[in-house]
Amino acid sequence: MAAVTGTPPAAGSGAEPVAVTGWGRTAPTAARLLHPRSYTEAVDAVRACARPGARGAIARGLGRAYGDAAQNAGGAVLDMTGLDRVHVIDSANGLVLCDAGVSLHRLMEVLLPLGWFVPVTPGTRYVTVGGAIGADIHGKNHHGAGSFTRHVVSMELLTADGEVRTIEPGTPLFDATAGGMGLTGVILTATIRLLPVETSLMRVDTERATDLDDLMDRLTASDHRYRYSVAWIDLLARGASLGRAVLTRGDHAPLDALPARARRAPLAFRPGRLPGAPALVPDGLLGRRSVGLFNAFWYRRAPRAMTGELQRLSTFFHPLDGVPHWNRIYGRSGFVQYQFVVGHGRQEALRRIVRRISERRCPSFLAVLKRFGEAGPGWLSFPAPGWTLALDIPANLPGLGAFLDELDEEVAGAGGRVYLAKDSRLRPELLAAMYPRLDDFRALRADLDPGAVFTSDLSRRLGL
Amino acid sequence: MKDAFGTPQSLLILGGTSEIALATARRLIARRTRAVWLAGRPSPGLDAAAEELRGLGADARTVPFDALDHGSHEEVLGKAFAAGGPGGDVDMVLLAFGVLGDQAHDESDPVAAARVAQTNYTGAVSAGLVCAKALQAQGHGSLVVLSSVAGERARRANFIYGSSKAGLDAFAQGLGDALHGTGVHVMVVRPGFVHTRMTAGRTAAPLATTPAAVAEAIETGLLRRTETVWVPGSLRYLMSALRHVPRPVFRRLPM
Repeated sequence: MAAVTGTPPAAGSGAEPVAVTGWGRTAPTAARLLHPRSYTEAVDAVRACARPGARGAIARGLGRAYGDAAQNAGGAVLDMTGLDRVHVIDSANGLVLCDAGVSLHRLMEVLLPLGWFVPVTPGTRYVTVGGAIGADIHGKNHHGAGSFTRHVVSMELLTADGEVRTIEPGTPLFDATAGGMGLTGVILTATIRLLPVETSLMRVDTERATDLDDLMDRLTASDHRYRYSVAWIDLLARGASLGRAVLTRGDHAPLDALPARARRAPLAFRPGRLPGAPALVPDGLLGRRSVGLFNAFWYRRAPRAMTGELQRLSTFFHPLDGVPHWNRIYGRSGFVQYQFVVGHGRQEALRRIVRRISERRCPSFLAVLKRFGEAGPGWLSFPAPGWTLALDIPANLPGLGAFLDELDEEVAGAGGRVYLAKDSRLRPELLAAMYPRLDDFRALRADLDPGAVFTSDLSRRLGL
Repeated sequence: MKDAFGTPQSLLILGGTSEIALATARRLIARRTRAVWLAGRPSPGLDAAAEELRGLGADARTVPFDALDHGSHEEVLGKAFAAGGPGGDVDMVLLAFGVLGDQAHDESDPVAAARVAQTNYTGAVSAGLVCAKALQAQGHGSLVVLSSVAGERARRANFIYGSSKAGLDAFAQGLGDALHGTGVHVMVVRPGFVHTRMTAGRTAAPLATTPAAVAEAIETGLLRRTETVWVPGSLRYLMSALRHVPRPVFRRLPM
């Protein structure tokens, strides 16, 4: 099946439906893939998708949402990566105005030499600005900087009526669009406030935590001293080592921290790249044994404590971007990512969940824990103050669906929520408990887009 | 919509009183399925089945459906697709109707024999194509077709039924290939001897199974997006051996 992940095939008008999946490669559905090259083409495409029986449209960037957020079965998917111009860089004030289809990778390429960095980056550079707003992404600096849309000064949104509106923070339409999973319209451009940096290197402290309590104590005690902070957890460790982890925290290195040789080109951006994962990988490669061995190796490989190590940006922020198509290593069944947040003071719920995942022997080698800071105003925005854990699990693990449903109950019971940009299996009944502004979101959509022109598999599945 | 594990939120069953289909519905309702359409000839049994599924928490409705009335399929099944389930679609169609017939009697009653073939094969061709078209238009969905090991190699004891299932099986495989890449998944399920009303009073074959086991295999097949499911799984190897047994020998096998 010609599943679309990343670069689309060279289809002209996209009249023929193609199978589309998210990054997790589960639940393919067929849609007409359209490639608008100008704002006018985007407007025309949206108007055409508003015809009765057309099953609507959804914008798609680089396809890094794990689940079905950028799929639209039987309808149209607007591939926005053709709209990728950086219009204005205001180097004096640290602002950039760009198309929504520009990737964070591209922004880093053009901004770093000028001494600016994107305000928030997730674990991959290959997300578009539109996707970053639609999912209201967060990064390792959430405890200080908040999520992506906090740094958006304004944006242009193409709505279901074919009009382009300029929207600014503090308005209901902005708050519905920030984290709104593309369901309020197509973001065409955005103006983003940037972060000044002196170098393109990171100064990183690494330490090991022996168990979950040790980890939470270390994070609570000293997170505020670092701009960026994240912990990798070994979820296959049991008993006394339950929740053992490697913490990596740091900040952009100042110029005087660089050795003399590196000071000649302090803002050079040179991400490394390895060969991609092969297209055909047998299912079950990542079983308990292989992941267990990897995790033990990864934990022991990390230094017990190391300070001030200089790392490339790409090594610190985006280690997996070095392996193109790494999502293929899970085989044809694909994988699901489970990410949730529970509030401060809900450590007991977090402990219980970590214990259950460990007892269930879920083979997850990408398990990440971090502390969130203040929430943004987005109605469906995911981050909220507290603890967030993200893990990847092969989708073909028997009984996984029922197990994750139980975790959902635990999360919702603790007042937490799961991340819609990563979801592919949440029970719709739990959504309102997790997102208290859901009714406002639905009401605004009903008003703004009565014909449900903007529709995705995610919105159908969860009744957004 | 189906979720990452292929579990449907809405289900259309053709052959709404089939025990295998209802066991599957129960299993899926325990997961994600909230809307079920039971298509079948109107009967107290069909209503009772819907009532039972409602008791499990599903929004279950019945649609009058007659496999032999090909002309009505488009309209009748179109209704279920137009109303859909949560999200407005039918996420999975389970084609489960069929009759066993009475081989001994039917061999001397060609009209009765033809009825078996028309129900199991031509009825399925017509209904299957109607559903395939609707699923393709919505860009996703699973069409699960209940075939049988009897269709794998014709046996003296039930070749009328077996040949109808052979036709159905070949049709479903071809349809699966035709729909490859359209977002629609066609899965052929080949159970062995299943303990149901249909087989009551007959001597169970080796490796006999139950509707619940078939339902479980269907759920696993949805998860893995499998194209062919044998129930029990070991039948795959038994049948691939039997397929190559020379006919003079096959004829004499006690089965």
